[in-house]
Amino acid sequence: MSATGTTTGTPVLHLVTCGSVDDGKSTLIGRLLAETNSVPLDQLEYARRTRRGGSTIPIGDVDFSLLTDGLEAEREQGITIDVAYRHMNLPNGRRVLIADAPGHEQYTRNMAVAASNGDVAVLLVDAARGVRPQTHRHLTVCALMGVKTVIIAVNKMDLVDYAEPVFNEIVSVVEATAARLGVPDVRAIPMSAGAGDNVTAPTAHMHWYSGPSLLGALSGWEPVEDNSAKPFRFPVQFIVRADGNFRGYAGTVVSGEVSKGDEVVVADSGRTAVIDRIVTYGGDLQTAVTGQAVTLTLDHEVDVTRGDLIAATGPTLVQPADRFSADLVWLAEEPLAHGRSYLLVSGSRSVPATVTNVRYRLDVVSGHEHSARLLDMNDVGRVEIATDRPIPMDPYSTSRDTGGFLLVDRVTADTVAAGLTRHAMRRAFNVVPHTYDVDHDARVLMMGHPGKVVWLTGLPGSGKSSIADAAVRRLHALGVHTYVLDGDNVRAGLNKDLGFTPEDRAENVRRVAEVSKLMLDSGLVVFVALVSPYRSDRLSAKALFEPGEFLEVYIDTSVDVCAERDPKGLYAKAAAGSLPNMTGMGQVYEEPEHPDLVLHGVGDIEATVTQLTAVILGE
Amino acid sequence: MTDITVPYAAVLDELESEAIHIYRETAAAFRNPVLLYSIGKDSSVLLHLALKAFAPAGLPFPVMHVDTTWKFKEMIAFRDKRVAELGLDLRISVNEAAVTEGVSPFSHGTHEYTRIMKTVALREGIDRYGFDAAIGGARRDEERSRAKERVFSLREPGHRWEPRKQRPEFWRTANTTLSEGQSMRVFPLSNWTELDVWRYIEREGIDIPSLYFAKPRPVVERDGALIMVDDERFPLREGEEAQMRSVRFRTLGCYPLSGAVESTADNLADLIAEMETSTVSERAGRLIDGEGGGSMEAKKAEGYF
Repeated sequence: MSATGTTTGTPVLHLVTCGSVDDGKSTLIGRLLAETNSVPLDQLEYARRTRRGGSTIPIGDVDFSLLTDGLEAEREQGITIDVAYRHMNLPNGRRVLIADAPGHEQYTRNMAVAASNGDVAVLLVDAARGVRPQTHRHLTVCALMGVKTVIIAVNKMDLVDYAEPVFNEIVSVVEATAARLGVPDVRAIPMSAGAGDNVTAPTAHMHWYSGPSLLGALSGWEPVEDNSAKPFRFPVQFIVRADGNFRGYAGTVVSGEVSKGDEVVVADSGRTAVIDRIVTYGGDLQTAVTGQAVTLTLDHEVDVTRGDLIAATGPTLVQPADRFSADLVWLAEEPLAHGRSYLLVSGSRSVPATVTNVRYRLDVVSGHEHSARLLDMNDVGRVEIATDRPIPMDPYSTSRDTGGFLLVDRVTADTVAAGLTRHAMRRAFNVVPHTYDVDHDARVLMMGHPGKVVWLTGLPGSGKSSIADAAVRRLHALGVHTYVLDGDNVRAGLNKDLGFTPEDRAENVRRVAEVSKLMLDSGLVVFVALVSPYRSDRLSAKALFEPGEFLEVYIDTSVDVCAERDPKGLYAKAAAGSLPNMTGMGQVYEEPEHPDLVLHGVGDIEATVTQLTAVILGE
Repeated sequence: MTDITVPYAAVLDELESEAIHIYRETAAAFRNPVLLYSIGKDSSVLLHLALKAFAPAGLPFPVMHVDTTWKFKEMIAFRDKRVAELGLDLRISVNEAAVTEGVSPFSHGTHEYTRIMKTVALREGIDRYGFDAAIGGARRDEERSRAKERVFSLREPGHRWEPRKQRPEFWRTANTTLSEGQSMRVFPLSNWTELDVWRYIEREGIDIPSLYFAKPRPVVERDGALIMVDDERFPLREGEEAQMRSVRFRTLGCYPLSGAVESTADNLADLIAEMETSTVSERAGRLIDGEGGGSMEAKKAEGYF
């Protein structure tokens, strides 16, 4: 919004369309676009003369479904595999942005993407085939993602002779599910996208229905909730610095409004200030409302950085916390791993976070909660999340922008999950670290050397324990205080509840890393001899430490040599098939990309140890 | 049911705010972003939005023009004028090796020419300056395969666009993290239509090249398209002569590949009136798109915008 414009109503309506491939969704969207003059003539022409294999529509008629086709690969397969975005102009000037989500079960995640911005969902049900599991799934995902208006489009009414009882039966089933999910605004329209009934104009075929066509419903729609009436929220995106000591905070008002002279608070630090100016290119504003991108200046110097949340003061203020209950939609092919560190990204904020617990997995068809230890692709589940530092997160039900977040894999940079904050967990506020007078520096003075963590990673049998053993003997003789955390030894006690699946390995690494951090703090030089096959787990471990405290040492020994040595008989067992999770055999070992040191596990061990201790002692 | 009337200005306001939000996110999240400036109407709107996004400061990143050396003369003059007026940090990327070899729209097919002079030059420019994010003016309404394009569109090492690796986009939150060798293309005008662009130019008084307005220009007819003879490099056929006709351009690119439309619209109001009754998509005038239904998709996979 510019300085010149004021908005009434909702100028841009975000619509999500969902239903199965066979429900006639492409045809419905195509007809809507065509009959609102939202497609150019040459594309209409294309839809008149092109035909897919198996199409029964005569050449010369518009095959509306062709108007919404996208990528070549999909045209070949005759299905839609990703979310497509289209625009439509309504006769009253309203713009509709359509996010078209595919109907296949395996693409629930795309459904979630499409619904994440949705104001209104059009849920297609084939009148002839009735309500199907897919219908419940899509409705559940829409409700979860915060879509407040659902229009049940009972399509293909022409195939059931426009019979009212068929319509009523379907609507009653869907309405019951919508009520259970708490969708506040549910409407239903009987239609035929193919025949053109009730799509853009009322039909004469169903006198028993007196409501609007779909186009009429979209034109007259008003939001159930008014974001501008909610508390003021302004995530800071960018610090604008200009001549004359100008320092402004650029961002978008995601809810509520703010005026010059208002007292606001930086939710992250709790510091308050007064709005001095609301700056735009076209001149200063007195008030900025929801949706406007502006730059704020404050009346006095307050520490504000990108990602901080500027908010209204008073009872609606959100407190920073570092533990949250949240729902996740798992997007990645690789399942969720407990204890693995991800980046939590919300708006412009980015903070390391760990999923500490999976409470349950949600059956998106039945609504039942099942106990689960992990989430796979397309799963939806309730989890607990711990962040590395306290951040203010609103409940998602209050604000999508300040309550929604992404989890990003720290190695591949892929978005692995979409998260919906439910609430901050109280115990987070009750844990207050105590600061002791005798600290790490004091202990370093007494020990005569700083603490360090030497993390030896490599295949089973690569020589980690032998090298650790020899290095510790050497250092001990020099008066260095050492300790060894050996994988097998730790698994005999602290980690005896853990197995060898990827998620158990992640938890194994997390616990060993935390213990070694305590030992480092006590002033010890800690050797960790752990296979730790996954790059991201090691990265998470390293993230706990200050630069220089943590040495990643890769013991580079070929799998052939390891298998021949086989000190514990593991390779023999794996070859016999009784160890499916054996690293280097059934499970992959991911070599470090940037280790601090690479040692070879073959050859003169004393020379290897000299190399290692030189690095540890900083020689 | 209440009667709701939405003023066009309100739609433009929302599109503008969205674009500014995308700009700010890009400037803050990437190490070395660049605005790809191709001189046309969409670039003019992009530039205007960038000025709005960072005011009162100037642009926090350079602009780059991928010059095929076959642009309209007037485009280059317009570019240099805007750069001087706004004090922009302009980088120009030309595939010099291909220029030396004499690659032209006439010597190579349009597809191969575009690959060499645009796609390769773009990739080289991004690599030379080490840009990790390139902001462009692509819109989802331009072409069918664009409907699935993300606002933050990920490129794999080698600038490859892989449809299946594109990141899901939720809310206003973008995952701007890059792994080794990845880069991002960013499209702030994703949700704009061609008419929105024109309406916005009108409302904001944005300066655009006069090639968009009708004027008698020397043209020849080639394969049903009106091509302007912009300089002496244009190889006229035996007995062919350029005729003066009142034409304008809907999109600007390389002059031998830009089809003109006959028109008398010599001002914005007339032009928009013509637009509103037009039912042909703008890329219809672009000769490079016409080779097979998915040719844009094929070009994108190679690293074209």
